[in-house]
Amino acid sequence: MAFTNEQLERYSRHIILKEVGVKGQKKLLNAKVLIIGAGGLGSPAALYLAAAGVGTIGIADADAVDLSNLQRQVIHTTNDVGRKKVDSAAETMRAINPDVTVNTYHEYVTSANILDLIKDYDFVIDGTDNFPAKFLINDACVMAKKPLSHAGIIRFKGQLTTIVPGEGPCYRCIFETPPPKDAVPTCKEAGVIGAMGGVIGSLQAMEAIKYITGAGDLLVGYLLTYDALKMEFRKIKLPPRGKGCAVCSDEPTITELIDYELPACELKQGNEE
Amino acid sequence: MADIDFNVDDTVDITDVVCPVTFVKTKVALEELDDGQILQVHINDGEPIKNVPRSVKEEGHEVLKIVDNEDGTFELYIKKVGD
Repeated sequence: MAFTNEQLERYSRHIILKEVGVKGQKKLLNAKVLIIGAGGLGSPAALYLAAAGVGTIGIADADAVDLSNLQRQVIHTTNDVGRKKVDSAAETMRAINPDVTVNTYHEYVTSANILDLIKDYDFVIDGTDNFPAKFLINDACVMAKKPLSHAGIIRFKGQLTTIVPGEGPCYRCIFETPPPKDAVPTCKEAGVIGAMGGVIGSLQAMEAIKYITGAGDLLVGYLLTYDALKMEFRKIKLPPRGKGCAVCSDEPTITELIDYELPACELKQGNEE
Repeated sequence: MADIDFNVDDTVDITDVVCPVTFVKTKVALEELDDGQILQVHINDGEPIKNVPRSVKEEGHEVLKIVDNEDGTFELYIKKVGD
């Protein structure tokens, strides 16, 4: 595949980079990334991946754009209120970069559809806002051996880690099961500063780009936390891939996907954040 | 173009573009070559001739020779290092 002059110009700032170069840009154009959730995290991730020329981007979300989303979900505009989030996100991505093929999935991820959703993708970005989805995505990615960027944001805090099955710990190595219902507020109840999605979602896009190009070191085996009020980042070393992990150890006890129950107040919100 | 004691494997003209696409086009041309092959770059005076040879060296390639065409352009000869 040869670059057109337009592509050389569009991607010039990437191609100049020693760590990306011509080869890295070609890898990006040939790569397929699935973003689950077109919300606070998925919006910036989708914008940067589209701009970077990731050739195929899948976006999954069952929701419509709500006015209360626009404070942080920067891929949607005021005119998009009421539209399917996946359609609004796809339109923005295509407008940014016509090189990108966008696949939309207007559905919640469940144990019934997730393996089929992720199977054609090279990297998965978890931009969801609830524990049942996060555990489901982790377990499915471990079972299908798909690399995954996990992240979560609430109030003025955010965190992320990168999971490459077999190479480091998974989400379940750190957190064995979802917290009890009502033990943790959702970001709808607790609030979240809009720019937090920008910080953490952009870092997720960065990890995807690094995975695809092979540049640098991934956040495998580490949890990066960000406290905006204290303006502190912490990179916390995680224990090695757990011998006792129910899903990613050599002798897993979880071999089928689980649909944990979503607390009632989260039902409306679904796949986003 | 006297005093060239090596064979040129490919040539690229970057006088029709400005920085940073000058270096981008050079990089793309180098990408097509194998280790040890030589690229001849037709390049403008000014910013390009100041920047492109330096950037090429930073990437680990070898600048063999720069010939002044005395018409505001140069011929830059680069030996590719690495695959």
